[in-house]
Formats: sequence, C-alpha cells, structure tokens
Amino acid sequence: MKRLSWFNVTSLTLGFAFLYLPMVILVIYSFNASKLVTVWAGFSTKWYGRLFQNEAFLDAAWVTIKVGLLSSCLATVLGTMAAYVLVRGGRFRGRVLFSGMIYAPLVMPEVITGLSLLLFFIGIGLDRGVLTIILAHTTFSMCYVSVVVSARLVNFDRSLEEAALDLGCSSLEAFRLVTLPIIAPAVISGWLLAFTLSLDDLVIASFTAGPSATTLPIKIFSAVRLGVSPEINALSTLMIAVVTIGVISASLISKRANLRRHHEEQAAERGQD
Amino acid sequence: MRRLTLIAIPYLWLLALFLVPFLIVMKISLSEYALSIPPYSPYLDLSAGWAGLVKFLSQLDLENYIFLTTDDLYWKAYLSSLKIATLSTVITLLVGFPLAYGMARAATEWRPTLLMLVILPFWTSFLIRVYAWMGLLSQEGLINQLLLWLGVINAPLMILNTPTAVYIGIVYTYLPFMVLPIYSILEKLDESLLEAAEDLGCSRLMAFWLVTVPLAKNGIIAGCFLVFIPALGEFVIPSLLGGSKTLMIGKILWEEFFSNRDWPVASAVAIVLLVILIIPILLFQRNQQNQREADT
Amino acid sequence: MAQPSAGCQFSPWTDPDEKPLIQFQSVTKSFGSFVAIDDLSLDIFEREFFALLGPSGCGKTTMMRMLAGFEAPSSGTIRLAGDDIGPVPPNKRAVNMMFQSYALFPHLSVWENIAFGLRREGMAKHLLVDRVEEMLRLTRLEKFARRKPHQISGGQRQRVALARSLAKAPKLLLLDEPLGALDKKLRQDTQFELMDIQEKTGTTFVIVTHDQEEAMTVASRVAVMDEGRLIQVDTPDRIYEAPNSVYVADFIGDVNIVQGRADLQGDRVHINWAEGQPPIIGTSNHNFSQDQSVHFAIRPEKISIWSDRPETSDETANIVPGQIIDIAYLGNISTYHVELPNGQMLKAQTANTHRIARRKFTWDDTVWLSWSATGGILLEG
Repeated sequence: MKRLSWFNVTSLTLGFAFLYLPMVILVIYSFNASKLVTVWAGFSTKWYGRLFQNEAFLDAAWVTIKVGLLSSCLATVLGTMAAYVLVRGGRFRGRVLFSGMIYAPLVMPEVITGLSLLLFFIGIGLDRGVLTIILAHTTFSMCYVSVVVSARLVNFDRSLEEAALDLGCSSLEAFRLVTLPIIAPAVISGWLLAFTLSLDDLVIASFTAGPSATTLPIKIFSAVRLGVSPEINALSTLMIAVVTIGVISASLISKRANLRRHHEEQAAERGQD
Repeated sequence: MRRLTLIAIPYLWLLALFLVPFLIVMKISLSEYALSIPPYSPYLDLSAGWAGLVKFLSQLDLENYIFLTTDDLYWKAYLSSLKIATLSTVITLLVGFPLAYGMARAATEWRPTLLMLVILPFWTSFLIRVYAWMGLLSQEGLINQLLLWLGVINAPLMILNTPTAVYIGIVYTYLPFMVLPIYSILEKLDESLLEAAEDLGCSRLMAFWLVTVPLAKNGIIAGCFLVFIPALGEFVIPSLLGGSKTLMIGKILWEEFFSNRDWPVASAVAIVLLVILIIPILLFQRNQQNQREADT
Repeated sequence: MAQPSAGCQFSPWTDPDEKPLIQFQSVTKSFGSFVAIDDLSLDIFEREFFALLGPSGCGKTTMMRMLAGFEAPSSGTIRLAGDDIGPVPPNKRAVNMMFQSYALFPHLSVWENIAFGLRREGMAKHLLVDRVEEMLRLTRLEKFARRKPHQISGGQRQRVALARSLAKAPKLLLLDEPLGALDKKLRQDTQFELMDIQEKTGTTFVIVTHDQEEAMTVASRVAVMDEGRLIQVDTPDRIYEAPNSVYVADFIGDVNIVQGRADLQGDRVHINWAEGQPPIIGTSNHNFSQDQSVHFAIRPEKISIWSDRPETSDETANIVPGQIIDIAYLGNISTYHVELPNGQMLKAQTANTHRIARRKFTWDDTVWLSWSATGGILLEG
C-alpha cells in the first residue's frame, strides 16, 4: 500500500474539488425554493414540477433523444467500418486524405464544422430539420467511434481471424462470428460516446437545425443566455444524475467482470489438469 | 471487391459531408453578401453550362478577406483568441499535470475509481458545466458571497462577463482532456527508472524533471493540443461567461452568421481560422501517428 | 526418435511408386526485396510426421503459411494431392492449422471452439455432436467442454487447439511451434501424445519448430532449413549420424569440428590438422581429392576420455593428448572441455557412472582422448 506524499494528496483533493464543486452546487440549488442564487429559501422540488410541465422542453428533449439514437447507430456502423479500413486496409490510394478526414473533426472547432455543413445543405437544396441534424451528428461522431474502435483493433490478435478462415469462414463470416463479438465492448463504448456527443451538441445543431427542429441544448442555451434559471438547474441535476448512475454502474460492472475473470484464470492454472 | 466497398462507404460519406462542405465555405468566402435566399451571390447555376461557370468564377473575389484586414474587430479577435487559447492551455496544464500525477502515483486499487471520477465530468453535458459557473461567478454568485463573507473584498468583484471568467470556463471544461492523456502515459511509467535516477545521485525533484517529465512529453503534447485547438474556436464559453468585452473568434463567427446574416464574411472568418489552425492540427496528427507507431 | 511399431519400416519417400501428398515445385517467396523462400522443391508423403527445422527467419513459418493459404508463392507451384492449391483460399483447403498462440476463440466454449469448423461446413447436427465428442475423448477434454478458454490451463488450451484443428479430419495438419509454451515435462509428454494421435488418425502432420530435440523426437523426416533453402532432408538418425554439412552437424546436437587437409590412404582418409600431431584417421563415402580442405565432425559422446594413454586398437584408432579446461556437469552426463596441444578445444561426453566425488578426472588434469576410425564424419563445410 503506497503512501502518497502530501503534495499528491493535496493536488488530488484540490483537483477533484475543482471538478466537482460547481456541479454539486448546481444540484443543491436546484432544490432551492427561491429563484435567486443568493438566497436559500428552503428545500423544494417545485422547479422539477415546472420542468415537466414545460411542453417546449419536453418536445426538445424528445427530438434530442431521437436524433441521438439515430445518429449514434449510424455513426457506429460507419465509424467501425472506418476503423477497419484504417487498421487493416493496408495501402490504398487516398489513404492519407482518408486518415486526415477521420482525425480532423476531433479537434476542429465546432463553429467551422457547423458552418460548413449548413452551407453544404443549402447548397444541395436540403431543407434543414431533424434529418440534417442527424447527418451532421453522424459525421462528426463517426470519427470518435473510429478512434475508439481502431484503438481496440490495433491490439486484436489476427491469428484469431486466420483461425476462423482456416476452419472454413469467409471473410465476412470471420468478422461476424469472431472479430465483432470480441471487439464488442469497444464498439459499444464508441456508440455510447457518439450518443453522448449528440445529446450534448449545441453549436453544430444550431447551425444545422431548421426552424422546425429544436434540440434540448439549443433550448437550454437560449434560456441561459438570459441568466441563471432554477428550471435549468433542475434539468441539469437530472442530466448529471443520469450520467452519474450510468458511469458508476458501467464502472462497477466492468470491475466485477474483470475480477471474476482474473479468479477464473488463476483457478485454471493452479488446479485442474 | 468487398474490400473496395468497405473503404468506399465511409470514404464517400466523409468526402461528401466533410470535405465538400469545406470547399463550399471557401467558395462562399469569395462571394458577396446579397439580399436573397440564400443571402449570397453569385449562385452557381449549373444549367447555364460552361458560360455560367465562367461568369460564376469571375464574380468571385477576395473582397471579404480584404474586409477582414481593414476592420479592426477581426484581427483583434484572432489575436485575442490566440492569447486566450494559449494562456488557458498553459493554466490547464499547470492544474491538470499534478492531478494526473497524483492519480498515477495512487495505489493501484484506487486508480480505476480516480479514473472514473475524471471521466464522469467528461460525460456530463458541456453546456451544463459552463452554465454552472454562471451562477458561481455572477456579482451575487457564491464566489463573491464567499469572498465578502471572508472579508477579503469589500465590494463584489466583476468576474462574470470578463476574460477571467472565460479562462476559468476553458480550464474547467477542458481539464479532463488534459488529464487523461497525461495520466495514461504516467501510469505506464516504470518506477524503477526513477529509482535508478535516485540511485545515480538525483534528488527527487531532479529525478522528476530529468526522467518523469521528458517521458510524459507525449502525453503533455497531446493534452495541450486537445485543449488549444478547440479552445481557439470556442463559442459557448465566451458567449455565456465572457460577455461583450471578451473577443473570441468563435463568437464573432456566430454573430456574423446569425446576427448580421453576412454569410460570406462568416465564411471568410472561418477560412482564416482554419488556416491559423492547420499547423497545430497537422502537428497534432503527426504526434498521434508517432504515438501509435511507438505503441505497436 | 521413437520408431513406429516394430516390423513396419515407414519410408514412402524411398518408394518410387508412391505419390507425394504435398509438392513444393521451385517455390520462391519474396517480401519486397527480402527473399524468404529461395527456389525450394520438396515432396512430403501421406502419413508422414514431417518437421521443418531451422533458426528464426529461415523461412519455415513462411512455408507453413503458404500451405495454409495465408501467403501465396511469388513463383513456383504448391500441389496438394496433385492439384495446384495456389488459387484456393484458406477456407476452402483440406488443410487445417494449429496456431502457435492457439488462437482459441475467447467468447466460445471449448465445445463450440471444436465445433466451429464443423458448423462452417454445414455438418448435420447428430453427426456434429458425435464428432465433437470424439475429439474431446481423443484429447481427454471431456470434463472441460463447457468451459471458456480463460477458464482452463495452458496445457488444456493446447489440446483444445489440437482437437479443433483435427475435427474436420483434414488431409494435412500444420502445427506452428505447438509445444513452445509448455514447460519441459509437459512438453515431453505431449510429444508422445502427438505422435500417438498422428498414427491413430492417419493424418499427415507438418510441424514447424526451432527445437531440434522436438524435431528429432516426433518426426519421421526432418528438413533442416537456413535462409530460405533446404539444407538436408532426411530421417532423424541420418541427420544426426550423417549430416551433409557443417551447418547441419552444428545445428543438431553438440559436435566437434576439426579443420584439416585430406590425405587419401586407401579406403581411409587421413586428415592433417595440426603440426607435429599424427593425422586423424577417418572414413567417408564422399570422394575427396588429395589435399582438399575438409571438416572432420565428431559427436562428443563418441569420444572416450582416459587418464593414461590407451593401447592402439580399432576402437582407439585416434588418440590425442589434452588438458581439461572445463567440466559441465549435467547430472547424468558430464561434458569435458579438453584443450589439445595446438589450442583447439574438443568436447568429450561420458555418462557419470560414478558419483562425482569418485570421479576420475578434474580440472587441469592431463588426459587422453580417443575415438574410432568410423566415429566421425568428413564434411566439405
């Protein structure tokens, strides 16, 4: 059991405090009966009630979820293909361009991506709406998915695929029956990442949404431009809660699975031959 | 044959939805503002054939770019963005490195938990995390309340709607992007290297400087790029926390597009931003490539 | 080498009517400018347990991968039962491979791993179940059928890999360093198991290994390779007793090499190897010319070691003096490193018939080494 120096303990405490305090305070104030941040007027859940009665918010939430699900699924398929091409594609003409196009959106400022997509949609005469948001989200999400999946593919033991071929699989069967089940965790995290990015996106959605489509981030942004609002606090708390539950459960599940696997492997080596 | 289809599908998608849009931005940056839908001219009329194309090309010009150089606002905004992005990156590094270091030195059984604690904010909505600071930094906000209560200041400080708030906002939201790459490199660091350094005569501080930092170089570089490049074109943070006094090019682009409806100028702003960013982006891609090759 | 059952001498390669199962016909394989296989021709016959032996980079793995279908020859033809298998993809060949890393599918149970190849060929359900059970019995894995690869030990995984590769009853089974990951005791046991299974199923095995003991133990014939070429292809006893070059002599087991000039004396060859020393007397089937430079190769166990000069006889046609510089004690045998008057070192090996405290020789002793006229072999080098 390693003892940490006081310096390390301090940096850890301060660092995590910095990361978490603003969110904690937000959560606390979502239960503030008073509208003002300055005054604590007692515990109340009325803002949550108000939130669920707000039609505009609920509609926007629904659109956001729809867009999120559709774009993340599409992005996962395209991103996994792209990852496969990058890791296994070998040399082909235009590889440099392809690799550049995959990695650039990761660091490109969203205003530029958003602007370019909007101008593109107008250029081809596509009406802005839910479809355009989905197309836009798919495009930048697929790059994130491909980074996650290619990281897994790079470490993938190719002899497993060769064994599958040797035993009679066609290339497609080998991918479906052997590769995919094994890289599934990476594909799923890629999907999750794409979903989260889509749910959270403000800038690109603002550019590519039409008058008919409003996403939750757009709604939130226009609300908070006017200042702090307790309804937004309530919404934020809900979102933080969902993410927290998700991250903690994923963490626990993965920890338990790893521990169990570790014990099984040890038992096998020790005992039964 | 199948291989070609596999390559073609994502390739064509990206060409269509990533590359072509950029070409369009370039074209529009060379166009004029017009009171039409869409609000720019010339509009490429393919039915006019070759003559139409020639007429189209002849009407393109660099007027918008010239405009960018003449009006103070723009180059000031670029410079301000560069300043803010660079400074924020440095601050994020100074805050993030000790955090990553502490995590890497923690006992092995703690590390997954600590990692989870850093990742959780990363998965939480960006917008909400920026919003959280609005309440804290306002004149009636908690920070001012705390400082007043402690007696450090007499009158509330103006933090919100100043560049300071933007710095805080960028450091806060981009911290996980700095911590994660540095942590992943430090975690793999072989302790025996530090022990060897100390065995050969280094003090702990020297061992840190001469061994740990150079080896963590790749993580530091990756983290800095992951903060600097998006921060340069950041919109949400200056918009919510920076007020009108903070000039950042992302905000200018947005306003140019949505408020002024001047798409050609907005496009020109975007292209110039992209040109500024090309070198860092290429360097980042090269760093990633080297990193990947070193790992295999 | 464990011989097949007494009475039948298995040597199809000597039978001119016997058709080979596998033929490499002037096969060359290059990777860019690197030539991995250089104009190689080889016949392998049915029911052989054939070993490809050589150091890393000699091309043995490339040959195996070409048989499996994962690499194609740059030029030349490879035939399986007379047909050119070049255009046949790996999933359509009657060849199966046992991978060095085992390549067991981690998400499938042992049972499913073995059944995998059978499912791909659409075998009827009841036949499939029977076949998998048969394979489980053959490799003694019945108890572990429901387990996943990470739930069994390394030795068991090796058996699953073997069962899986034999399930489809291929004409040819390729084994890529199959015993490398096992510890020594397990390795020896598994070697005999492999030979048993090979005989029982009548499959042709081609094994790739860098471990010459392994090759010598299991194989009916061994091909010693170096830099993409076959140096010698022969039964293990001939490889050992009659290597065709210094390379082969040196690669297999321990050997002493003495360089000298040939002096033809009737049916014997005298080798002048050092000034002032009597020549080494040896025999050879090969025709050397007078004064040709030759290498004399002799195994350490063929050299006897004496404390006093022995009488000259048939067994002691060659006698040289020396001094013990080093002794390597291996429990059952000792290898004595003896320095000869001209500075050359010879290794002599004897069984430790006495306990170490009662051993006759020790460091720095002056001793005499002797061997017969037929104990060694002459090579061109």
